[in-house]
This record gives sequence, C-alpha cells and structure tokens, in this order.
Amino acid sequence: MKQSGTFALTANGDREIVVTRVFHAPRQLVFDAYTKPELVKKWLLGPDGWSMPVCEIDLRAGGKYRYVWRQDSDGKEMGMGGVYREVVAPERFVATEIFDEAWYPGEAVDTIVFVERAGKTTMTQTILYNSRETRDAVLQSPMEKGMAMSYDRLEEFLVVLRREALSA
Amino acid sequence: MEPYGYGLNSVRLDATFAALADPTRRAILARLAKGEASVQELAEPFAMSQPAISKHLKVLERAGLISRGREQQRRPRRLEARPLREATEWMEKYRQFWEGNFRRLDALLVEMKSTGVKKKSKKQLHQK
Repeated sequence: MKQSGTFALTANGDREIVVTRVFHAPRQLVFDAYTKPELVKKWLLGPDGWSMPVCEIDLRAGGKYRYVWRQDSDGKEMGMGGVYREVVAPERFVATEIFDEAWYPGEAVDTIVFVERAGKTTMTQTILYNSRETRDAVLQSPMEKGMAMSYDRLEEFLVVLRREALSA
Repeated sequence: MEPYGYGLNSVRLDATFAALADPTRRAILARLAKGEASVQELAEPFAMSQPAISKHLKVLERAGLISRGREQQRRPRRLEARPLREATEWMEKYRQFWEGNFRRLDALLVEMKSTGVKKKSKKQLHQK
C-alpha cells in the first residue's frame, strides 16, 4: 500500500475498504477525539460549510451512536448511526454504520484500531460491507475507484497531464 | 464513508476513472498530452496491433478524454482537457473532505496535548 500522502485508502480482500492515517499524538488522545462527542464535533465535519448539530455516543458494547451533519447554507441534513459491538479503550472499537439515506445495501461494520509507536498513533479504519457485491458497488463510485487504483499516483498523473494539456 | 461524489457529474467521473484505470490508456493520454497523434503513431511504442490500440482509443473517446481531428487521412487524436480537469477537481474536493477532517483533528490533538501538559504539575514538566 502506497502511503506518500497524509492518508491512504485502499480496497482489501473481497468485502473491505481500509483507511489509514498517522497522528502526532499518543493514542489515548486520538481515541478520545474519536469517541467523545464534544471532541468529535470539533473535527468530523466534512466539507467546508457543514456543521455537526447532532453527535451522540454511548461508548460501550451494545451502545448506540448517532451523527447528523447540516449544510449551513441550505439546511440540508445527512445522518448516520449504528451500534458499538466492541470497545477496548484506547486500542480499538468496532461499530456498525448505516446512513439514513442509504447509498449501499445493509449495514457496514467499522473497525478502528489505534497503534502507538514513538509518540505517533496510526489509525486504521477497516470498513467491512455485507457482501462482495456491496463492497464492489461502493467501489463503483468514482471516489473509491480513484482511491483503489492508488490515489496518490493517479492524482500526480492527472495533475501532470492537465498541466501539459493546458500548456499545449 | 460519506456519499460524496454522487452528484450530477458522477456518471461522467465514473467513465473517466474507468478509462484511466488501464496503464496503456494512461500512456496514450501521456503521449497525447505532448500533442495530437495518429492511431499508427500511438500504436508504435506499444507491442500491440492497431485494432487493439483502436479499442483503447474508443474507451478514451467515449469517456470524452480524447477527440478526433478533422484531417481526413490521419484522423489524429487529441487530448480533451475538460474531463481530466473535472476528475482532478473532484479528487481535490474529496481529498479536502478527508484532509479537512484530519487536519482539524491534528489541530485538536495539539490543543489536547497542551491542555494535558498545563494540567500536569511543574515537577512533571521538569521531568519531560
């Protein structure tokens, strides 16, 4: 897996997509930032102009979580939620995820693992879909397709190509 | 995972990314980025028949990544910048989406670290 950028997103096996990112902080802090609502609300916002009015987390096996984002310009909302299956602070947690307006069938299962080494924490998020078909359907979206074929390389290629095309 | 990229351009982006998913087609685009070329000229660097190259050209053409020149004999292919620009812009937007989140998290972690240090006693700070 190539990881020259700050994060990497790849397809794995038949049913998984994997996102990794390194943070310059001990894992207890990163774990807190991922699991305490008052902290999650500060960063898990998506594109500019979106806020996160709802962030409820019941951090225990069997506990639920609920996120709602709102686009401030037009009030458009997007919600998702799920149930924690396993919580081992500050090492890992496993939770189901389902979007209100589901764009893939069934629920997916997220496993987020934090590994600390020399003061840095590597976050690995594995999203397991309910079937190969679902994963592949997600892969059909341009975002995943671009990512799966190695995001960084493709982007470099596109940028170079574009520059040459425009100067031609 | 957010349903990002499910906008008006998503079908077109799909075609663009599908077309770009092949190394031969990327090489053809890289060649065309230097200027237009005939099918024969495009086939030369590859150990491939002209019909095989033509197949790749059709995929690129359908994705709107290349077009044919008017010159009757050579029918040179040329690169179309727009879909590439859209693909690049889309990826940039998507990168910003993730990176925006992760950068905010970076900043938050710095803040959390400094708050944690403040809470510690002077003694602990000296030990650091």
